[in-house]
Amino acid sequence: MPAVDPTRFFLERFGLSTTGLDRVLGTAVARRADFADCYFEFRITQTASLEDGVVKKATRSVRQGVGVRVLADAQTGYAYSDEITLERLELAARTAHYIAEQRSETAALPVPGAPAAPHDLYAVTPAPIETPLADQIALLGRLDAVARAADPAITSVFAGVGIEHKVVLIATSGGLVVGDVRPLIHLSVTCIAERNGNRQQGSFGGGGRFAFGMLGDGRAERFAREAARQALTNLDAVPAPAGTMTVVLGPGWPGILLHEAIGHGLEGDFNRKRTSAFTDRLGTRVASELCTVVDDGTIANRRGSLNVDDEGTPTGRTVLIENGILRGYLQDRLNASLMKMPVTGNGRRESFAHIPMPRMTNTFMLSGQDAPEDILRSVDRGLYAVSFGGGQVDITNGKFVFSASEAYLIEGGKVGRPVKGATLIGNGPDVLTRISRVGNDLALDDGIGTCGKDGQSVPVGVGLPTVRIDGLTVGGTQA
Amino acid sequence: MLVERARAAGATAADALVAESDGLEVGVRMGEVEKLRRARERRAGLRVFVGASTAVVSTADLSPAGLAELAGDACALARATAPDEHGGLPDRGDLATDQPELTLYDAACETLSPPDALARAREAEAAALAADPAITNSEGAEFGGGGGQVAYASSLGFAGAFSSSTFSLSVVPVAARDGAMQRDSWWTVDRALARLDAPADVGREAARRTLRRLGARRVPTCECPVVFDPDMAASLLRSLAGAISGPALYRRASILLGRLGETIAAAGVTVVDDPLRPGGLASRPFDGEGVASKKRTIVERGVLASYLLDSYSARRLGLKPTGHAARGAGDAPTVAPTNFYLEPGPHTPADIIKSVPRGLYLTEMIGFGVNLVTGDYSRGAAGLWIENGELTHAVEEVTIAGNLLDMWQGITMVGNDLKFRGAVAAPTIKIERLMLAGA
Repeated sequence: MPAVDPTRFFLERFGLSTTGLDRVLGTAVARRADFADCYFEFRITQTASLEDGVVKKATRSVRQGVGVRVLADAQTGYAYSDEITLERLELAARTAHYIAEQRSETAALPVPGAPAAPHDLYAVTPAPIETPLADQIALLGRLDAVARAADPAITSVFAGVGIEHKVVLIATSGGLVVGDVRPLIHLSVTCIAERNGNRQQGSFGGGGRFAFGMLGDGRAERFAREAARQALTNLDAVPAPAGTMTVVLGPGWPGILLHEAIGHGLEGDFNRKRTSAFTDRLGTRVASELCTVVDDGTIANRRGSLNVDDEGTPTGRTVLIENGILRGYLQDRLNASLMKMPVTGNGRRESFAHIPMPRMTNTFMLSGQDAPEDILRSVDRGLYAVSFGGGQVDITNGKFVFSASEAYLIEGGKVGRPVKGATLIGNGPDVLTRISRVGNDLALDDGIGTCGKDGQSVPVGVGLPTVRIDGLTVGGTQA
Repeated sequence: MLVERARAAGATAADALVAESDGLEVGVRMGEVEKLRRARERRAGLRVFVGASTAVVSTADLSPAGLAELAGDACALARATAPDEHGGLPDRGDLATDQPELTLYDAACETLSPPDALARAREAEAAALAADPAITNSEGAEFGGGGGQVAYASSLGFAGAFSSSTFSLSVVPVAARDGAMQRDSWWTVDRALARLDAPADVGREAARRTLRRLGARRVPTCECPVVFDPDMAASLLRSLAGAISGPALYRRASILLGRLGETIAAAGVTVVDDPLRPGGLASRPFDGEGVASKKRTIVERGVLASYLLDSYSARRLGLKPTGHAARGAGDAPTVAPTNFYLEPGPHTPADIIKSVPRGLYLTEMIGFGVNLVTGDYSRGAAGLWIENGELTHAVEEVTIAGNLLDMWQGITMVGNDLKFRGAVAAPTIKIERLMLAGA
């Protein structure tokens, strides 16, 4: 796929004109509505997967469609279709406009923020989707060999590569027309290790908005070695402890803590509706003074980054917590205008079939002062967790969980035996106040995160330096 | 037609799926319209075999040119992948020979109007808000309805199609007391509009569940009995379905590998999968490869009687397919249960709670701490504390942990309150001992 101008791409592919588009937006916003936009999307997804040492499965799918949105106060009208024709667009505009017809008067909302220029964070040539399948198959074959070479106990290896090529175009009733071409690569490796009837699994992966060749710099092989190592480590795991104890989180992906514990609770929609445990907490202490947390959608080539969000707003770097004080929320257009706050470039949607919502991009804590070894040495008895599966949060009461997939006991300041996976549970507005040490080793994750909210999945990133939490509940089986 | 195009492009065998749907979804919050969303989707999926090699493609571009491109892409991809002796369409003898009418479609989805949908959502939310002064806020109520058609054909000569509809209503109230907020939810979902629970009943139940969470606190770490309410018990069944699904088994990634015919659960546990249940939320006349649907006992009095298999995983395991190929237009077949339920037992839910001296009545779990390879289970939990057989205060910020094999085998009481509120359903159950981590 050669570099394309998204506007020309959609207009030519579907025989539309800018005047036709203006008329649709006119219909959508007519009379009582505040705002309307059209979101065009064309996406190719290709996957190849390896098992039993060979690639026997490949898929390719093409999705395309358009969503028309109308805003009137806090109301959203939305209609979408995977047929992109002027008739369909007009019909969608009239359907979405229904919402505005329910309204008695217009209270013109301020349009937040002056338009700024989009970023250029992932112009990648050749586009990853152009990668010959043979190259993808060869890479997967190498990963299989690397993982199996780790130990004869590795009995199965599954590896998959997924490449997405997404072109979007956002046209608004305010006259903004902005497009984005978004490449995304994802690689994953899962290993099964077996010894004396004990069977364990290890998984690792990563990716981002970069060229396929970037995986060939040893990064992919590292994923395979890590998956194998994790499976082998878990063969020796003892039952995890149960109860409240000191927990040290390793750098990188354990940043999922921030995503679940505070990130969702700081999304604008929940705070506007006053259903978040963080409602009305701006300016108050929600973390120890060692903690500064940001959401940054502008880091080049990261999985969670975007040139513009799915409403056409350029992404930004939002300080959520500064030295322990809550400073900001993540906003989309609707919630920013209703809360009279600035948009932050966090209006995201899974696809043309979905209504935008405030979502995270790359969420991480800045480095502190401590050497990671010193942090571990400071703990007499506790848990050291370095890798996690998924997490979840109840926004309203603030309780969140995240599940360790690789963790160790800490005994006398030393990292001891590996323990079986266990879920950690805590209270979002409280957990960061218990952070007593922050390492100097901030790392971002390898690019594996997908966040689900209200049925919509979007790619995200997280990051964390090594941190010590004085008191988190570990859901093991050993009293 | 798509299958013919595939053969013209060089495929030796192929199957195709076309799915189309239309739907309306509305949301109200604090009595005001919050959103209205109308959906229209059409997709075509094609799987081809070129010799023993395969590929799957899909598109929303259903123009003749789009479909021709689809067939060409599929064959090109297949030629690049390695052959697989276990691949291919199902054996002809396993295909469905008749397609029973399962009453999955209610034409009410065609005439559903925004005012009607909004009225239902409003009524449900209003009932929740009116239930108690402590209900101070709401995440809103949503009503959705839609219908569609799936058509499937393969180069074996099989062709079938069926229509289905789904209607749902849900409410999420928020209650506050002493500066602490809680939310819970309730919902109703059915193939037929008229069979949904009344909106006011849904709202009142959502309010009741939310109110009882107020004042929640942690309890000390202990080992104790845990009573799973029907929705939580259904979650344990989903883990069972995952552990007996063909791909997990042939990949050696399941705790139930090689356990067919063995005791894996307590004697009171009988699990059934019924794809032919009239009006069922996961009912279908044939599976995603045209294989016949059939009601099966999966676990019979604690003994594992059947896996869930599509034709590929069946060949890998040397077994017959069970008709559990699940298929979206965009993907290769996966395996999923249909209407999958735990047969009711003799006990009332009240008797089960009464049998517990000290323990947890579990009403919510969060997180993904289920490892199907090892059976290790550890999840965030919330519910009500049981003291001397009585429900007392609400519990939150604790975890429950164990191993799935011990948990299934530790089911000592099964309730008589089975109700299909989703495709996977169970009555109340009691597990005799789990580790609860808390304060």
